[in-house]
Amino acid sequence: MARPLSSARFRAAALTLPLLAFVGVTFIAPLGSMLVRSFYEPHVADALPRTLAALRAWDGSSVPSEDTFRILATELRPLDQQRKLGGVATRVNRLEGGMRSTIMDTARALRGAEPDSWREAVIAADPAWGEEAAWLAVRRAGERYTIRHYLNALDLDRDPSGNIVAQSPERRIYVPLLLRTLGVSLAITVICLILGYPVAYLIANASPAKSNLLLLLVLVPFWTSLLVRTTSWIVLLQNQGVVNDLLVAAGVIGDDGRLALVYNMVGTLVAMTQVLLPFMILPLYAVMRSISPMYLRAASSLGATFLQGFVRVYWPQSLPGVAAGSLLVFILSIGYYITPALVGGRTGQLISNMIAYHMQESLNWGLAAALGVILLLAVMSLYLVYNRLVGIERMRLS
Amino acid sequence: MMRNRGDRKVPARNQGTIRLALLVAAFGIWNTGCSSEGITVVSWGGSYEAAARKALFEPFSAETGITVHVESYNGGLAQIRAQVETGNVHWDVVDLEFADAVKGCDEGLLEVIDIDELPPAPDGTPARDDYFAGTYSDCGGGAVYYSTAYAYNRDSFTGERPSTIQDFFDLAKFPGRRGMRRVPFVNLEMALMADGVPTEEVYAVLSTPEGVDRAFRKLDTIKAEVVWWEAGAQPPQMLADQEVVMSTAYNGRIFNAQVLEGQPFTIVWDGQVLDYGQAAIVAGTPRLEAAKQFLMFASRVESIAAIGRYIAYSPTRRSGMSLISTHAETGVDMRPHMPSAPENLTRALRNDAVWWTNHAEELTERFSAWLAR
Repeated sequence: MARPLSSARFRAAALTLPLLAFVGVTFIAPLGSMLVRSFYEPHVADALPRTLAALRAWDGSSVPSEDTFRILATELRPLDQQRKLGGVATRVNRLEGGMRSTIMDTARALRGAEPDSWREAVIAADPAWGEEAAWLAVRRAGERYTIRHYLNALDLDRDPSGNIVAQSPERRIYVPLLLRTLGVSLAITVICLILGYPVAYLIANASPAKSNLLLLLVLVPFWTSLLVRTTSWIVLLQNQGVVNDLLVAAGVIGDDGRLALVYNMVGTLVAMTQVLLPFMILPLYAVMRSISPMYLRAASSLGATFLQGFVRVYWPQSLPGVAAGSLLVFILSIGYYITPALVGGRTGQLISNMIAYHMQESLNWGLAAALGVILLLAVMSLYLVYNRLVGIERMRLS
Repeated sequence: MMRNRGDRKVPARNQGTIRLALLVAAFGIWNTGCSSEGITVVSWGGSYEAAARKALFEPFSAETGITVHVESYNGGLAQIRAQVETGNVHWDVVDLEFADAVKGCDEGLLEVIDIDELPPAPDGTPARDDYFAGTYSDCGGGAVYYSTAYAYNRDSFTGERPSTIQDFFDLAKFPGRRGMRRVPFVNLEMALMADGVPTEEVYAVLSTPEGVDRAFRKLDTIKAEVVWWEAGAQPPQMLADQEVVMSTAYNGRIFNAQVLEGQPFTIVWDGQVLDYGQAAIVAGTPRLEAAKQFLMFASRVESIAAIGRYIAYSPTRRSGMSLISTHAETGVDMRPHMPSAPENLTRALRNDAVWWTNHAEELTERFSAWLAR
């Protein structure tokens, strides 16, 4: 008896293997590589191993020895020939603005050179090598394991003696943006709840024909491409758009007083609310449909007004749906990228847009990864708080 | 929730249609992916691209029989980088801002072109001596001078009109919205010039943290009134619609709006930032030979000068300067419209592309944060 059972079990387990492999390849591996990238940066360390070894022995308070200059020059040469120096120079430049052309120019000037004094030749190629700052930048860029992306992502920096200090207010970028992202997500969640709750109530309590029609009205936009919906909002909200035209025609505003409704925070809020609203309505509807109308009838037969019945009987029963919808909308909006990128303009950008900038434009993947990890941690800690307050076991999707 | 809609299958008849549609779509993708007879040249859209079509692409196709597919972009290396890194290069030649040409070359994103391979001047002077100093990178060819200056619509001003770079930043004297490109380049330099920094000290000041703060403080004074543009074709449009009273713009775009469309625009050359572009070949293109042929064609003095017969961009080769003549379609004398005309150079800054390769990342980050505040 035991053998067929265990082989059946094994077969059942084997059926989940494709899914496990899928999750591993598409979720765990990229997440893991992102985590690693945020603190592991081997590029410079691999490119200039001997220079870095020499610099580790260096005291940092005076210009390094002739030997270090010679090692640097010999290590730059093959990188220059293979056109691999650009990536090294970019990384050092992030720690000390100007090092990019210092390194590139030095390599160019030293092509084919065999000087007596490497020190003089290198400093002649670029005088920056005569200062400690350049060498310190190379040494720091060569740290294989580093927390500098996290410092950067939290608007912190190191002063020359290595202490962690806060950036000056006008240089703070990421913490204000993260706070704004959280605030916007919260606002969108609240708006979605206020708009979605009555709709879900209506769908759950209407006659089947009406409720099917209403549900379709929720689902058709839900099935429509995100890009189509977002660009439709541009058509509606822009300066010469439908909404402004109607307001002008109705005499609410003058032709020169057209409202700025898109390419700002208003555009982001409106478009994201519309895009995410089904994620609030559908869980709410699923929970509300299971609330028997008998309860409200019982409440009113016991003398409760509709409001009393709603507050004391219906609302508590719909809470699992509220919890599920809110969590879904909040978490989705925290990582939202395409809608703010299209309608957010200058002031409606969120942290995900900055992550995309570092992924695609600056190619500072370490910083992008650190920002992603911080965002992930923020979501996870909010989730824990939420679980404490609401209780995840009370959440129901249907 | 889908219970009452049921789980309907797609009817067999429709499945056939869908399959056919997929096949057609797949063929379409395959077809565009394999159209290798010809090269793809990426330019900047609008009137500059139109000029390049007439001055470069059409004569090149006529001479060599190689078709030129034209695509547009708004600058930057991101798309080139993506193509090179995924090994799926479908852009062959790209018209780049000089800083991007230098950076892309250093990072191996562009094919190296020896300056001595480029065609010599008509009198035999080698290209190395014919190009103005610092206007070629290790990877580029072609190239024209252009300028970012600000322009205004004369219809927007009844009384006094702006005439200096200070006026652009003076909301009290000239109220109204301003257009600026949504990048830190040029804007920071203009802010410092308007704040009284002499042109020759702009980059030295900008190299200090205090200088950067100072430039951003100056930009702060007009930030609320700025409309940000991205494509070069936008500023003439915004000026024509009087959406802004003045806007920074590429001078050639304004010139074309003035001359071809008769728009009442005036360029204020005071505080202009001169820059030059370069055409370069994307590394690893499968159409290297044709791309090289195009680059050599585009680097001829006659080709560079021909662009200047359609748009007010002047040659970066000495021997091209004497070839500046009239507009090919209207006969307008091009000399006074060129950014390099002596009367336009009273306060002009030459964009320091190498400085920007060092500071672009840091300042773009700071600029985005500043924009979002």
